[in-house]
Amino acid sequence: MAGYLLQRLVQAVIVVFAMSVIVFVGVYAIGNPIDVLIDPGATAEIRENLIRQYGLDQPLWRQYLVFLGNVAQGDMGTSMVYNIPVVDLVFSRLPATLELVLVSVCIATLIGIPAGLYAGYRPDSVGAKAIMALSVLGFSVPTFWIGMLLIMGFAVQLGWLPSGGRGDEGSILGLRTSLATADGWSHVIMPAINLSLFKMGLLIRLTRAGMVEAMSTDYVRFARAQGLPDRQIVFRHVLRNISIPIVTVFGLELGSTLAFAVVTESVFNWPGVGKLIIDSILQLDRPVMVSYLVLVVVLFVLINLTVDLVYARLDPRVRLRGEDA
Amino acid sequence: MIPALEVRGLTTRFATRAGPVTAVDGVSFSVAPGRILGLVGESGSGKSVTGFSVLGLIDAPGEIVAGHVLVEGEDMRTMSPEAQRRMRGRKVAMVFQDPMMTLNPVLRVGDQMAMAVRVHDRVSKAAAWDRARAALEIVGIPAPAERLRAYPHQLSGGMRQRVAIATALLHRPSVIIADEPTTALDVSIQGQILSEVRRLADETGTAIVWVTHDLAVVSSLADDICVMYAGRIVESGTAEEVIARPRHPYTWGLIQSVPGLHSPGEKLPQIPGSTPQLSRLPSGCAFRTRCPRATALCETVPPDLGEGARRVLCHHPLEAS
Repeated sequence: MAGYLLQRLVQAVIVVFAMSVIVFVGVYAIGNPIDVLIDPGATAEIRENLIRQYGLDQPLWRQYLVFLGNVAQGDMGTSMVYNIPVVDLVFSRLPATLELVLVSVCIATLIGIPAGLYAGYRPDSVGAKAIMALSVLGFSVPTFWIGMLLIMGFAVQLGWLPSGGRGDEGSILGLRTSLATADGWSHVIMPAINLSLFKMGLLIRLTRAGMVEAMSTDYVRFARAQGLPDRQIVFRHVLRNISIPIVTVFGLELGSTLAFAVVTESVFNWPGVGKLIIDSILQLDRPVMVSYLVLVVVLFVLINLTVDLVYARLDPRVRLRGEDA
Repeated sequence: MIPALEVRGLTTRFATRAGPVTAVDGVSFSVAPGRILGLVGESGSGKSVTGFSVLGLIDAPGEIVAGHVLVEGEDMRTMSPEAQRRMRGRKVAMVFQDPMMTLNPVLRVGDQMAMAVRVHDRVSKAAAWDRARAALEIVGIPAPAERLRAYPHQLSGGMRQRVAIATALLHRPSVIIADEPTTALDVSIQGQILSEVRRLADETGTAIVWVTHDLAVVSSLADDICVMYAGRIVESGTAEEVIARPRHPYTWGLIQSVPGLHSPGEKLPQIPGSTPQLSRLPSGCAFRTRCPRATALCETVPPDLGEGARRVLCHHPLEAS
């Protein structure tokens, strides 16, 4: 177990290294951030000073080494645009994204899994066919378009919900979050639904496929031959089996939603990290990009690790193989 | 004495693209308590579907269209689905062919068995585990308490099949349908299971319907034999009679092709051709296209000859010498 965790940690460090090199080279190739940042009318002297201040006069490999040295001292750099430490910047935006993702993942799970179970249990029913048709829409219609439709409908036409932004913060158990206030919920619900549709479609199809397959297995037939009612067969025999692939995909989706809620955050003007990364790419704010992507890598590693651990809990065959090793 | 299981005119049909296919066609048989009935046939003869039909476990596009299934005199077919469910596992149980697949891989053996106990009896979890342990002991599993805590993949195939049989025995059912339960096992394990099953039938009085394609197994295990061909029972009688004096040409062919009966090096006789597709059965006697004794008469439905439990469905049966 400890060996496994250590192995995962080493892998994560290697990925972070590789990623930081790619981002450095990539951003260097895109253009000179000074051209974006500085007033075109500024004197050559100011320009030279600024370039030196950010270390942009150095060759790329030396800039990278300086960056590594700073990171080793716990300094991820300072945003060129906001002029505050990037760590503070990213973490000030992270709660907003976490809220949005949490709500959307809950919606996707609470609707997607029961709907998928039903569609797989009665695959020929009208309800199941309707669910499947909706699930196709869920992941084939572009997110931004549905987002705009939602705004048109519920914010502009009906005026029920605000069109964008994040609501007032309150506090739950000492955590500052907009989920503590009604105003916060009215702001989060629409972007969260928008963000959940793709995942919901995916979960529905995955759950349905697992359910259809499981219902024709021998262990289900054996359970039926023992006189178990279908409810018990579905929830005690089948759900546990099909949750293995579901957890895997759920984990991957959670990671990519956290990292790339970009489109929804832009459409709904949600002040999360997705919006931050888009802004910093436009402004070539390299320190923000690098530290954000490091955060993404760390998140993915953590999520995958959790998925592996859950996996081992769910499937006894995995558990024992791990213990033998 | 009321038979543990009596099946009368059971007919199961499947809707297919080529039209309805009758997989089980007017099947009738009965088993007394403590007796073992061998239901013999090639794959595709409808013997497994017969087993599932008895339990009422036929899913669409299949449908049981006619017949009666009397378990201790009570007709399952006239019961509500809920009442049928309460019969399953309690009065009539089933064991499947592949022991690797019949247990849920992610649940402990004990949890699965306890679930099977508690679905019919309101007892505590601990009491259910106790009963599961006792059932494992009955089928001859050593260290049953440990096996209960194991997951299926930690047990061998023979052990898993014993667990399945023990699960079927939990409620002391009147009848157990065993669908080729030893086919997937090693021959040595097969022998052990067969003798356990024989002992269980004798000791508990549970009737057993042993569905198999293996005539050799049945001849040593069963009291009675029904031979199925293309959805119909073509011959039935006591095991001794059917094996020693087969009357249907198909049964005779089956017995001739059992390897053990011949001297080494001798060419095994075979039944020519293969099992016909159920959607394209010959008219009259379904076996006539493969039968050495067939005549024009066989294009009409064969008569049910014989008397009592000894029956044969044939125009030209072999002599009952």
